[in-house]
Amino acid sequence: MSIRILESRGSTLIQDLGRPGFSSWGVGPSGVFDRRAFHHANTLLGNREDAAVIEHAGSTLTLCASRPHAIAITGASGPASVDGVPVPVGRVIELSVGSVLRLEAPVVGLRYLVGVAGGFEPEPVLGSRSRDTLAELGPQPLTAGSSVPVGLSTAARWSGVINPTLPSGAMTLRVSLGPRDDWFSFDSIARLFTSSWQINPLSSRVGIRLDGPKLERSRHDELASEGVVRGSIQVTNSGLPIILGPDHPVTGGYPVIGVIVDSDTDLLAHARPGDVLHFSRHAI
Amino acid sequence: MRVLPSGDTTSLIECANGFEASALAATLQGRVEITLGARTVLVRASRSQTLAMIATFYPGEHSSPARPDTQHHVISVRYDGPDLERVAGLVGLSSDEVIAAHTTTTVRVGFAGFAPGFAYLVDGDPRLEVPRLDVPRPRVPAGSVALASTYSGIYPRESAGGWLIIGHTSDWLWDIDRTIPARFAPGDSVTFLAI
Repeated sequence: MSIRILESRGSTLIQDLGRPGFSSWGVGPSGVFDRRAFHHANTLLGNREDAAVIEHAGSTLTLCASRPHAIAITGASGPASVDGVPVPVGRVIELSVGSVLRLEAPVVGLRYLVGVAGGFEPEPVLGSRSRDTLAELGPQPLTAGSSVPVGLSTAARWSGVINPTLPSGAMTLRVSLGPRDDWFSFDSIARLFTSSWQINPLSSRVGIRLDGPKLERSRHDELASEGVVRGSIQVTNSGLPIILGPDHPVTGGYPVIGVIVDSDTDLLAHARPGDVLHFSRHAI
Repeated sequence: MRVLPSGDTTSLIECANGFEASALAATLQGRVEITLGARTVLVRASRSQTLAMIATFYPGEHSSPARPDTQHHVISVRYDGPDLERVAGLVGLSSDEVIAAHTTTTVRVGFAGFAPGFAYLVDGDPRLEVPRLDVPRPRVPAGSVALASTYSGIYPRESAGGWLIIGHTSDWLWDIDRTIPARFAPGDSVTFLAI
């Protein structure tokens, strides 16, 4: 049982919930960017909660079923079809042998997830099937001709629809200050919350780069490297922030002015170049 | 020691020095997900849980900094790096004196980062403190032995990098096919052998 990739334009990766706990080896957590959509896909398909999916960011993905497979598309939404017939996102779709699923550039959001009943089962690395794009660990990125094994599915599928709409327009994410907000001027901290930040096209699963006003430091010594998390807002020497994504390095040497509320970081999976972002202050 | 906020799922414990951080990390390892830094320990716990764990498990300054199973590694190095003379010039020693300083000091694995298997090696000869390159090299070969700030490090695989390269080793550092794929773990000691 497998699914074969016919065409991929963009980034097509296998993802599950990642491999936390290996920081002492220099290995970061990685894992699916939009965990909420991941949960929805596996709920629809009656899968284990950590069954691996395909995470696709790009303009085209086509894949073909070698056996009858049930799949579900969550996360981004856009034109999806099976053998040329439009299919909905957010619900179970039955593929028959030889059926071709085609996804085109999303209309809302950035990253599609394609789950399959039984889950994708390439060989795990350190307990996870996530591709870590920074560490270059886990299953190779999928390209035309890749064939991905699918696990056995025993549970019943869900006949309903899970299709929460992603916010359109400017996103607002909640941020709690620290650990290194005291390395920045009061004005810069105010600017973090009052500015419109624009998503830079060089953004990736490692980090979402923001364009906007420069944040000035009140301390200019070098920070000794320290642990960072998904959602940490690092400020580089250029004064511009980078929000760390799932493939972040385990430690970093730029001061972290604040950290995005963990559940809000799923939305960042869908931040498109040029999109506008605001931060609101969150007390912890 | 103080606990700094780091979002709603983690807290950052800032220690007096790297010695205290590694002692604390060794104590908390296995009880909570941690990331050891140069002088900090990031823990996946709230501030109050973190304070409670420190109070319960950390015996204070008398605790041993090391895990019980630390290892000693001897790394064979050809001191033929492109930046060896530059390092010598920066620190006011001859190239031979740089090699002597690097091979006669036992360093300790401080913490990991940058890439799988990459360790920041601390407690090196204080004379060998050098800045990073202003513009990182796009490709640093695997096995490059390099210096930056007061650290030594070895690139486990080819990557970009801004450290000053003083030599090369062909010893293994990262091998995903091993049960424990990283050769170095925090607390291990390392000496360099010139070949």
